[in-house]
Amino acid sequence: MSQNQPSTRRLARRISWESMLAVLVLIAIVGGMLLNKDFPTVDNWSNLLANFVEIALMALPLSLIVITNEIDLSVASMLGLSSSLLGFLWAYKLAMPLAIVICLVVGALCGALNGFLVVRFRLPSLAVTIGTLALFRGFAYIILGDKAVADFPPEYAEFGLGNVPFTFIPSPFVLFIVLALIFWVLLHHTTVGRSIYAIGGNQTAARFSGVNISRLKMLLFIASGVISALAGIVFTFRFSSSRADNGTGFELSAIAAVFLGGVTVQGGKGTVTGVVLSLLLIGIINNVLTLADVASEILRIVTGSLLIISILLPNLIAATQERFRLMQRQREITTLGGASAAK
Amino acid sequence: MAGGQGWLNVLLRSREGSLVLLIAVMTVLTTSLNPRFISPQSLKDLMLNVSIIALLVLGQTVIILMRQIDLSISSIVGITAFLSGSLFINHPGIPGMVVVLIAILAGLLLGAVNATLIAWGRIPALITTLGTLYIFRGANYAWVHGRQVNAVNVPASFLAIGTSTFAGIPFLTWIVLVLLVVFAIGLRQYMVGREFYAIGSNPNAAVLAGINVSRRLATGFLVSGAIAGLAGALWLARFGTVDATAAEGIELTVITSTVVGGVAITGGVGTVVGAVLGALLLSVFSSTLVFLRVPSFWQQSFQGAMLLLAIAADAYLAHRYALRLRVKWSHV
Repeated sequence: MSQNQPSTRRLARRISWESMLAVLVLIAIVGGMLLNKDFPTVDNWSNLLANFVEIALMALPLSLIVITNEIDLSVASMLGLSSSLLGFLWAYKLAMPLAIVICLVVGALCGALNGFLVVRFRLPSLAVTIGTLALFRGFAYIILGDKAVADFPPEYAEFGLGNVPFTFIPSPFVLFIVLALIFWVLLHHTTVGRSIYAIGGNQTAARFSGVNISRLKMLLFIASGVISALAGIVFTFRFSSSRADNGTGFELSAIAAVFLGGVTVQGGKGTVTGVVLSLLLIGIINNVLTLADVASEILRIVTGSLLIISILLPNLIAATQERFRLMQRQREITTLGGASAAK
Repeated sequence: MAGGQGWLNVLLRSREGSLVLLIAVMTVLTTSLNPRFISPQSLKDLMLNVSIIALLVLGQTVIILMRQIDLSISSIVGITAFLSGSLFINHPGIPGMVVVLIAILAGLLLGAVNATLIAWGRIPALITTLGTLYIFRGANYAWVHGRQVNAVNVPASFLAIGTSTFAGIPFLTWIVLVLLVVFAIGLRQYMVGREFYAIGSNPNAAVLAGINVSRRLATGFLVSGAIAGLAGALWLARFGTVDATAAEGIELTVITSTVVGGVAITGGVGTVVGAVLGALLLSVFSSTLVFLRVPSFWQQSFQGAMLLLAIAADAYLAHRYALRLRVKWSHV
């Protein structure tokens, strides 16, 4: 039967979502070079990578959460809370390393609250994290109000803005590279990763095969909290600014990157490579549009559309394949019917 | 006093009853601290503040009943509010009624975008409306481009919707009350309404019962869009001044009100009356905070905490109810 399969379908199965993304990234790079002569410069690439580092950081744990069929909408609020807290603690003359540790711990606590409500009370993560989206952003406003803290020590601002010596890679981006490698190993080469896929594929089956679902989900939400807090710290140093509204709306880009990266809404599918490629794609598109002086509101439209298209497209492809399959079955039945009638 | 206790039990057992009680307690407490809390002016402000949220809550209830969510309403309100204002500017003398109708149509159109993507594109509502929340708002920013509609651009007769009263109740509130009655009866007595509940209780069973789920989902998002369009026109009437940021972020207030009002986020449970009482509770609560001189920065986290409390309470009640059913049928 398999040799009779139409070649387009065999081709479609062969082409993975990741290779499609890789092609799109290449097209975007070529397009960027054709559209703008500033695009391939070293300065622009450090700029490009630096500009999506926070979203890239948040997208890593978020993709694992989405693979287990949950979601965390509160990431941007945890970023804002961590940024505000860092500014607040610094304004109170706390030593910077201590302030950073406190921010990360608070991030872990925020994530633990999400995880606790989802795991212990079996509440839908969508509703819980809409609630904590408001709650954590609210905390940020309680801490800083409408004030802003800006006078961060130069060596930290240097970390936020500078590059790794002798390269065009922004220093904060190193954090992303390291974390992406860790998440890649975790998801694709450990039993934890297999358990994450198992939960997303079939939660009941995963429970019966001995996966500790509660603990794993709890850990993922905590990881999301800590890394969002880290993203908040990076954001603060990059802009030398701590404000309660820092990073408002970043959850859209992070979620768009996750779904565009090939993580499915039904859970159980997706790779770190895919998410990294989609982050790169979103980063390049934003960069090219910014170079072309496109207003930031259009960027929001583009990101929102990417989010919708990344799910609409596979759905449409699946629906067309299904229709094609049904038509073929119909044809087989008719020919069989004809054959038996001839006999 | 067994009778008295029974009465209290009934009151507390229905979500509407406990909401009324909470609102009453909060009002009495705040009034005892500051008698101005129930002055006619402050009551009128309260009604006006709650009206537009309560209106949006009607649409959101229909959506959440079906286990869906509509995050894009705030952006639809923003676009239609500015649209209404620019209609008055570009077409002097246009009747207010026509503007309201156009705003509702525009809302319906934007709702149709959501409906198509969700019902036929099979994209989860959360993702669709998160996307359109930003797409619609982005389009609004691009279109408005720093402009602003001011109260002087809007005819006084239209602004009167937001200020004048009838029988002591603001005109705006009357509109909401009429729609509330329509929605309450529609959801309770009519086939369409019951189908919304059926889809939320058990989507698979709803399909097996012959309900056209896609069509009902589409209906819900169209209704939500149209309501948001009406709310946009009324937003202009209420505030007079509209820029690109109008109504930004109110989706959180609306969803919180609906869920606090007893519409379970897991679908199939709740009433519009409860949801509107939820909006009233939130509104009374935030005026209480203002009267108690709590900084306004605290509002958002209180709202988030209330949403979390409400979903936790719903889950707890559902759990207890399931346990009771199990005990009740255990002899079978």
